[in-house]
Amino acid sequence: MRAIERSDVEDFLFHEADLLDQWRLPEWLELFTDDATYEVPCTDLPPDASADNNLFYIADDRFRLGERVKRLMKRTAHAEFPHSKTSRIVGNVRIRGRNEHTVDVSAVFQTFRTKDGTTDLYFGTSNYRLKVDDNRIRIGEKRCLLGGEGLRPHGRISIVL
Amino acid sequence: MQTDNRQPAILVDPAQQIFKVARRNFTDPEIFKAEKELVFERSWLYLGHASELPKPGDFVSRTVAGRSILFTRDSKGTLRALLNTCPHRGAQVCRERKGNAKSFQCFYHGWVFGADGKLRSQPGEEAYAEGFKNRESSNMQAVPRFETYRDFCFISFDRNIVLLVDYLAGAKEYLDLICDQTDAGLSIIAGTQEYSIRANWKLLTENSIDGYHATTTHASYFDYLMNTTDGLATGMGGGGYGYDLDNGHAVLEYGAPWGRPVAQWIPAWGDSGKQEITRLYDNLVQRFGKERADRIACKNRNLFIFPNLVVNDIMALTVRTYFPMAADYMVISAWALGPNDETSWARKYRLNNFLEFLGPGGFATPDDAEALEHCQRGFNNAKEAQWNDISKGMGKERPAYNDELQMRAFWTRWNAMMFPAPVSSIKNVAA
Repeated sequence: MRAIERSDVEDFLFHEADLLDQWRLPEWLELFTDDATYEVPCTDLPPDASADNNLFYIADDRFRLGERVKRLMKRTAHAEFPHSKTSRIVGNVRIRGRNEHTVDVSAVFQTFRTKDGTTDLYFGTSNYRLKVDDNRIRIGEKRCLLGGEGLRPHGRISIVL
Repeated sequence: MQTDNRQPAILVDPAQQIFKVARRNFTDPEIFKAEKELVFERSWLYLGHASELPKPGDFVSRTVAGRSILFTRDSKGTLRALLNTCPHRGAQVCRERKGNAKSFQCFYHGWVFGADGKLRSQPGEEAYAEGFKNRESSNMQAVPRFETYRDFCFISFDRNIVLLVDYLAGAKEYLDLICDQTDAGLSIIAGTQEYSIRANWKLLTENSIDGYHATTTHASYFDYLMNTTDGLATGMGGGGYGYDLDNGHAVLEYGAPWGRPVAQWIPAWGDSGKQEITRLYDNLVQRFGKERADRIACKNRNLFIFPNLVVNDIMALTVRTYFPMAADYMVISAWALGPNDETSWARKYRLNNFLEFLGPGGFATPDDAEALEHCQRGFNNAKEAQWNDISKGMGKERPAYNDELQMRAFWTRWNAMMFPAPVSSIKNVAA
């Protein structure tokens, strides 16, 4: 088994972004481990804050992430009906550390979202803990640190970052 | 400023159960301008919570109704609300969002102020008149009025406004119910949700006290709740009511299926959760007796304090305030409150609960924002389709939580401030 290289991680993250842009959320969900977390802290918190005692925008365990995906695929998820169009750029991918079965990665993201004639930009840094098994990469932790101050003017994270 | 009152802003006829609100109120730039002066300049406005400044020297800087405010706890422990502008040449003195400081130095010319706003020193002191430093005009200016109620801190730009405690009127009882959850005090939990909605601010007022929209706007959230609660049975009984609390304040109080960290258990919290919730509930019974304990523990409250503060005591405890930036754009800040003596288990579930429903990444708030933005778009037709209807429940002696009494309370007050009844001339009075 060869070691995971940055290019492998990039391929994986570009694939993730593509699934999200195509709204193939159930497939995207399969990229996560069964004990995965997906978090977006408020912008006035330190980057390593815990969701157990700080208010975040999003702090999903794997169960709630699954419910988020279910919700977003329904007509009654009004904020995303009809689905917005998104375009994600993932860059500056770096391997920050590694263990036997995990790779810690950071990447910057810029996500454009268009709906009803308005285009908004979400940007920041995503920190991943990737789990590697038999050369298959899966996401154990994904934490999106929003750049900018607060969520203005877009006002919501109705898509997945 | 005199607002255009050729056309009524609201149409009310109790006999026919008519209550209509002109859609122009949400779109007209003249109304937007007039509101600044007639509503926001003449109300008590939420500034922050005392728990945000636990130690002397703690500060936060904040924008309230367009003003730059420096909220401090001075060296003696007194809370201060200062206008964040240098008395010398006007620069914002504090440019950090929060922190702890012994003093504040304006970086423009180097004047230094205490956390009480008093001028301590300025470069080239010898070139100023004797006693310059002791002049009141050399200090940072305090906000005209600053008062607190049970750690909720408010400011007003109207020197002559009534006392906060009188202004709160019937809302006081509900703030008490919320604060009585614990005898250890409540604190703001770290992390501020700062977001916006491309809609008129009054749409969020309405939405925050609207028990009618939940089943359709939040259908997908209730689907989710079905998976985490015992089939929506818990606490559902009894429904609830809406109340006009005077001075434009309103509340809805009702039972609901979600878990409440104080103190309604749901199966998803397991047996250890049940023990903790029982302990909290028993403690409330001991302090207040069963009746009030039940009300504190099992009833939900969406409390609105005129004109722009919402305190939700629902699946979590939230504080939300919002300000218009334009007729069709508002900015919102929201915080979570929690009891100071809360266990780490309960704190975790409180926050977990909060994020499920609330906030820009929750399962409900984005759909509210979508609804409000689509109202705003619908109001583009206001020249032809002129009126909103908020008459639901008008004929009832006791309107339900999903009627629209709460909104009528807000609009009645708003209308009275915006379009005060013409004063009779002396001639008429004499006659």
